[in-house]
Amino acid sequence: MNFETLVFYFLATILLFAGFRVVTARHPVHAALFLVLSFFTGAGLWMLLEAEFLAITLVLVYIGAVMVLFLFVVMMLNLNIEKMRAGFWSNLPLAAFVGLLMAIEMVLVLTVAGRTIGGAPVRHAAGYSNTKELGLLIYTDYVYPFEIAAVILLVAIIAAIAITLRRRVGTKHQDPSWQVSVKRKDRVRMVSMPAEVGPAGTGSLPPGAQKEGE
Amino acid sequence: MLTLTHYLILGALLFAISVVGIFLNRKNLIIILMAIELMLLAVNMNFVAFSHYMNDTAGQVFVFFILTVAAAESAIGLAILVALFRNLNTINVTELDHLKG
Repeated sequence: MNFETLVFYFLATILLFAGFRVVTARHPVHAALFLVLSFFTGAGLWMLLEAEFLAITLVLVYIGAVMVLFLFVVMMLNLNIEKMRAGFWSNLPLAAFVGLLMAIEMVLVLTVAGRTIGGAPVRHAAGYSNTKELGLLIYTDYVYPFEIAAVILLVAIIAAIAITLRRRVGTKHQDPSWQVSVKRKDRVRMVSMPAEVGPAGTGSLPPGAQKEGE
Repeated sequence: MLTLTHYLILGALLFAISVVGIFLNRKNLIIILMAIELMLLAVNMNFVAFSHYMNDTAGQVFVFFILTVAAAESAIGLAILVALFRNLNTINVTELDHLKG
């Protein structure tokens, strides 16, 4: 057993343990923190697979953004944990049976086939850049899917804001779109009325206007 | 010697754990979302492993897109969850039966 295999088994053990704790943790905050651990360990395994860019992306995007969002939401909501865990133990036998069956089936498919899948990986030189390779591929062969992915993110931003936006009545706030679309006739009413005629001897100007002129 | 099968079995076990998680926490919407994230991690693990052992970078491009879509999915999912909690004061799946489906 060489060092690489040792690292793999170490990380895989942590990953499976963290994944197990995610689904069995009593409190959702603990589950979210164990999910962070599993993502971090997954990133380590991807490093072992020489996918450096994706490993760093997993840490930055998933742990840095998505999991922080999860933690924010979990801590913001006032959850009734005990009520939510009702049925946990009664579901356990069926869940364990299905899970074990799935795992055994997949392991059998992968091992009993009697042949090894995939060849030996190509060892790259020290100057090899995984990020550069991925970038070359994304901006040439996959440029349209890349654009679509950008649009999907934009849609997600707008959808998330639109769903959570709440218009409360009775609060004092400015509505810029209403402010800029306002017309003159909404604000100013032109009234035609006859001119004022002052007392005799002061002309047609009102008394105040004459005093200012002095 | 570390082979592709090691990684595929790891991905399979992680996927099975997430399926069990969805079974166990059928009432808790947040844990279900987390189990889905864990499933996507297992799938991505397979993609990266195949990409490495087949020496084809295209697999990593797929992981890149899965990460994008998963981020969008969790953002919208959590937004729906917050809106649900605000309107109904619960995220218990058994109480979300307004469509009478």
